[in-house]
Amino acid sequence: MSPAATEHVPQVSGRPVAGIEKEILAQLKAAFASKLTKAETVRDRLVHVFIDRRDLVPLCTYLKNTLGFEHLSCVTAVDWKDHFECVYHVENYYNGCMVEVHAHIPYDDPKIASLVPLWNAANFLEREMWDLMGIEFEGHPNLERILLPQDFKFHPLRKDFAQEVDRQYISRRKLKGGK
Amino acid sequence: MPEFWINMGPQHPMTHGLWNMKVKVDGETIVDARPEIGYLHRGYEKIMEVREFQKNVVLTDRLCYVSSITWSHAYCLAVEKMMGIEVPERGQWIRVVSLELQRLASHLMWLASYGPDLGLLTGLLWALRERELFLDLIQLMSGARMNQNYPRVGGVRNDLPENFEAMCKRSIEHFREKLNEYENIFHSSKVFLMRTEGVGRISAAEAIDWGVTGPNLRACGVNVDLRRLDSYETYEEIDFEPQVWHDGGAGDSYARFIVRFNELRESCKIVLQALEKMPKSGAYRVKPPRRAEGEGYAKTEDSRGEALFYVIGDGDDRPYRVKIRSPVFCTMAATPILLRGNKLADVVAILGSVDVCVGEMDK
Repeated sequence: MSPAATEHVPQVSGRPVAGIEKEILAQLKAAFASKLTKAETVRDRLVHVFIDRRDLVPLCTYLKNTLGFEHLSCVTAVDWKDHFECVYHVENYYNGCMVEVHAHIPYDDPKIASLVPLWNAANFLEREMWDLMGIEFEGHPNLERILLPQDFKFHPLRKDFAQEVDRQYISRRKLKGGK
Repeated sequence: MPEFWINMGPQHPMTHGLWNMKVKVDGETIVDARPEIGYLHRGYEKIMEVREFQKNVVLTDRLCYVSSITWSHAYCLAVEKMMGIEVPERGQWIRVVSLELQRLASHLMWLASYGPDLGLLTGLLWALRERELFLDLIQLMSGARMNQNYPRVGGVRNDLPENFEAMCKRSIEHFREKLNEYENIFHSSKVFLMRTEGVGRISAAEAIDWGVTGPNLRACGVNVDLRRLDSYETYEEIDFEPQVWHDGGAGDSYARFIVRFNELRESCKIVLQALEKMPKSGAYRVKPPRRAEGEGYAKTEDSRGEALFYVIGDGDDRPYRVKIRSPVFCTMAATPILLRGNKLADVVAILGSVDVCVGEMDK
């Protein structure tokens, strides 16, 4: 472990800052004006940002390095049948703000840039999404299946992966030959 | 000496569940590690897509059998955010009480398993004995010791029983005395200190970078407690102190132990305050709409870290997509950092202090 890494302890107050979501939204709009498909504040400490997949890395670099969003909480891939969407929950420990980045991915080319160079937390989270949803994260150091066996052929969270819905219930009376 | 890989798991007393820790050793020293998980994958996110919103609470209970209420509460909170409904005040207070009782039971289960990991068999017996106190309280409240199915979308299943406050106070009073005994057996044990101090260290910057959350992050000296930072339910009105390790030697197994241990005291405080401040009567549940459209997420301070649910509804009576963010899953990615450079015999002491729950990790 390098000594430089041990010294940096973020001095966080552990308390939220009121009205921070509007400030964050204004800064994001100023920096990425034309690239945001949609950007809005939803409730206290929550900002939604909709972008195309090619703007993901610049936006996240800005979030992490300039605005201090040091914690990547969650990576979610959603199958909308006509396109995919990758949702990143990025959190700021200094003011408690959460930015939800929605990246649009076309259905026939499920690829998006990996965020492992920015946050190591993306490593397992992206592997899981590759495993279950089949989104290819370009630049990931080790994109292997993580929860399912290595020789599994499908991506089960996709909507075209059928799931048995009807309950197959046979009553005890029927089992014994009754009606 | 040549380096080679050792499998610790999937069947190993250290693992507390079904997973495999591959460690690469050079003699006695660990040079690399690789967690292999997925043995317990049950496809929760897929199953939840064909069940109605309310029926999923049964499933989320089973995510982590040690701390069921915190998980089903996180799910209910996310669904409520999506539907845009507000839980009545008394319902919120009851939730706080149930969450903290569950946290106490969960931390005691961790303490019970961490003791034998280090050869302190008394720790197991004592902690499990006191865990029964809180399981009894939870049973009184919800009717079941484990997998309670207690939180509901829109509130909780039932009101608190009669005399619950008095019984709760009595149990906690008793438990606080016992905590002093624990301190004597753990903190003053020289063997315990030698096994935990200075091993399994992770720096604050690395912990944040790898997504370590909860008590493991606070043990690195970062003051992040979601009950404070992104307050939910009525935690804002409660006076409590997030447990953070401030002294030197942050981020080792000992710091993680102390932070979790002190959380036991803090949770006792929260339960007593909540019982006091709670309105004595009133509604504890609202009727949620049957169908919902939109999306919602909720993050809560689970016993093991940040639990996040992201729920999308498409206007049907069941979720279109549910994403579960498990704190242990992310902490597991950082375990190679904890292990590298330590001795093989310390693997148990380090991974025990992380508090692994395989059910939520593999989903």
